[in-house]
Amino acid sequence: MAMNAKTIPNEEMFYGHKACGGCGGSLTVRLAMKVLGKKSIGVYPPNCMSTVGFIYPHMCYFGNATTAPFAASGAVMSGLRAGADALGHEDWHVYCMAGDGGTADIGIQALSGAIDRNDRVIYICYDNEAYMNTGIQKSGLTPTGTRTTNTPAGSNIHGAIQPKKRIFEIVAAHGIPYAATASVGYPEDYLRKLEKAAACPGTSFIHVLAPCPTGWQAPSEITIELAKEAVDTGMWFLAEYENGQYHLNKNPKEFASIEAYLKKQGRFSHMVQADFDELAAQRDEQWGRMRAEWCD
Amino acid sequence: MNRPKMNPPQAGGKMKLPVGPNAPGGYLMDVSSGMRVFRPVIDQEKCVHCLRCFLVCPDGTIDKSGEQLEIDYDYCKGCGICAHECKVKAIEMIMEGDA
Amino acid sequence: MSGEKQFISGDEAVALAVKQAKPHVIAAYPITPQTIVVERLADYVEEGELESKYMYVESEHSALSALFGASGVGARTFTATSSQGLLYMAECLHFTSGGRYPIVMMNANRSLALPWSIFGDQRDSLSQRDAGWIQLYVENVQEAYDSIFHAYRIAEDPRVMTPVMVNLDGFILTHTYELLETLPQEQADAFIPYADYANCIKFDEENPMNIAITGGPLLNMEFRFQQQRAMNDALKVIEETDKAFGELTGRTYGGGLVEAYRCEDAEVVLLSLGSLCGTIHVVVDEYRKAGKKVGLLKLRSFRPFPVDKVAEALSGARAVGVVEKDISFGYEGAVYSEVNSALIKKGLCPLTRNYVGGLGGRNFSKEDICGMFDDLLEGAPADSVQFVNLRGDIDYGNEC
Repeated sequence: MAMNAKTIPNEEMFYGHKACGGCGGSLTVRLAMKVLGKKSIGVYPPNCMSTVGFIYPHMCYFGNATTAPFAASGAVMSGLRAGADALGHEDWHVYCMAGDGGTADIGIQALSGAIDRNDRVIYICYDNEAYMNTGIQKSGLTPTGTRTTNTPAGSNIHGAIQPKKRIFEIVAAHGIPYAATASVGYPEDYLRKLEKAAACPGTSFIHVLAPCPTGWQAPSEITIELAKEAVDTGMWFLAEYENGQYHLNKNPKEFASIEAYLKKQGRFSHMVQADFDELAAQRDEQWGRMRAEWCD
Repeated sequence: MNRPKMNPPQAGGKMKLPVGPNAPGGYLMDVSSGMRVFRPVIDQEKCVHCLRCFLVCPDGTIDKSGEQLEIDYDYCKGCGICAHECKVKAIEMIMEGDA
Repeated sequence: MSGEKQFISGDEAVALAVKQAKPHVIAAYPITPQTIVVERLADYVEEGELESKYMYVESEHSALSALFGASGVGARTFTATSSQGLLYMAECLHFTSGGRYPIVMMNANRSLALPWSIFGDQRDSLSQRDAGWIQLYVENVQEAYDSIFHAYRIAEDPRVMTPVMVNLDGFILTHTYELLETLPQEQADAFIPYADYANCIKFDEENPMNIAITGGPLLNMEFRFQQQRAMNDALKVIEETDKAFGELTGRTYGGGLVEAYRCEDAEVVLLSLGSLCGTIHVVVDEYRKAGKKVGLLKLRSFRPFPVDKVAEALSGARAVGVVEKDISFGYEGAVYSEVNSALIKKGLCPLTRNYVGGLGGRNFSKEDICGMFDDLLEGAPADSVQFVNLRGDIDYGNEC
């Protein structure tokens, strides 16, 4: 049964949390828990999602959940999986909800290890493109030019220097059974990928773009709009990797304006035409490669 | 309304500490309504029940179980995503106090 | 009923005991001189003698993180490490003790870099004093084997629910072959029956658990106080465990916390931990034959620290030497500080000296031990901290 707004359960499993209004990350959690259901155990390393949901005795996870050492989401999931299997609960899902830094930076070793073991766990990376929980610092998935609190946009540093790490491809290069990118701007696509991950017999990985109004310095009501525009402008992409093959789910003939997308966000407010051009060039280079290598 | 309710412990008596920092999941001590400046109000006449607002609400405060969609104002933070995403403009954001 | 006899190394004895303890999940990363333990356990799993989930992890940090997860759903677990690996686990040591997960770990005591060395001393585990783990130090292969059973029983006791680290001196004990008497499997099963943990996820859809949660200023202290109480309760549980194991096998370890040897009327006592106690034991016998009143106090449990037992055993001594393979730079050995503190607390003020040695695998000979006893019998060196067996042919350059 296809998962959509009509078919997903009405019952909430992530409720009463203290995330900022319009938080994209909390939507990734909420939808994931609806798809994975009650027979699941979630791993929440230090990030906003563990911070806003686990403040004893105000407990916002209405499913089984645990925190984890920051670097160890993959390993804690593997341990839960091994423990659950050893005790005869093979039918339970084990998933994590790690941020961009928790995935592409400090957590990359444990992520790699979990994939290497091909443990049946679902690794969800909610990507808001910086360390938001500590107050907006650059991570390995922060886009070029972004102003963060440790990449100020002056004449010397001029925002984050490097483009986003290609973590989806790094994960795919392990030969993982299933990996996907998603965006909360395309929630039905995300739900479909969650279903596929839940059915995957080995390790699966979903990298979801999840805007953060606070860190992106954007109005709270446009979270979904931004996440959709990120895809429509080609700044983000929807793709899958399975059976050793990449597949682009959305291959726009024309991209929407990068400039309009960036100008809605305070984190890019220092940008000038040359910056827009550089990001467009990066995008075109990446899409050229993806279209050449990932399309039949 | 089919949404979890706040359930703070009753006053009096001693609190039993669990073995280590572990607790039953899903236990709400307070509400989130204090974060709200603007209140979303659904115009039920205009609503076509497409459930877009239910799908994209980060707080899950829109209950779809009844005949009409219902917002849990205890936990709605007033982010405005529901109103912004509504295709038929059936949700209006009204300043708290003016509502 | 007694077990079979085997000629076996310390590492192999630990692996054998772990096999008999039947953990559900094993996760470990290789490091000398612990590696043989994980190799043997893999063999047991391969041969079908052990039904554990054996996890190949990418680091020690992940090894203990994985066991944190497995314990979180109530699985019995085991890992082993050493030295740098233990330090790499440091964050997870606190995670698991704070979460009250009864994980059992074997640590092969080994020096810490730099300078790099694979050889033994106890600076790895002693530096993790405050990680909230119970720390046991064992003297020989038999005790290493037996202590694994002790460890599971202590860790999983509902009054304790705290992880246990069993420390073996690297190479000196991990790689030395000795005669071992094994525990029949049915006795092992009866001694450490597995039961679900109170603080874990129960696989109950209607009653989910949130584990390893945040405790802010309103409750953090209370969880810490709870840990302190559990550690203090562990003193009693360690003693009960030694007694119960003794009734089963005839083998006891001085009551579990310390082993006092000829301390009753001793004028001079050397206190130490781990395999060195075997050497001191021999010297004590020789000195006693010669009419010298010396004794040995083996510290088996470093955390919880058995203040009463240490003070009781040392109450008649005129002088006490603490021999340890550790130094806290800028002060003294960690064990020495603890022993002095215990003595003062009990109103005892024997002369005490700290003999620091064995660092990075430097040998401790019988002669070295004799030197310490002679020192303390005849008076005492002026400095409280003595580096034992330092080379005399070194120019350290400018001295201030």
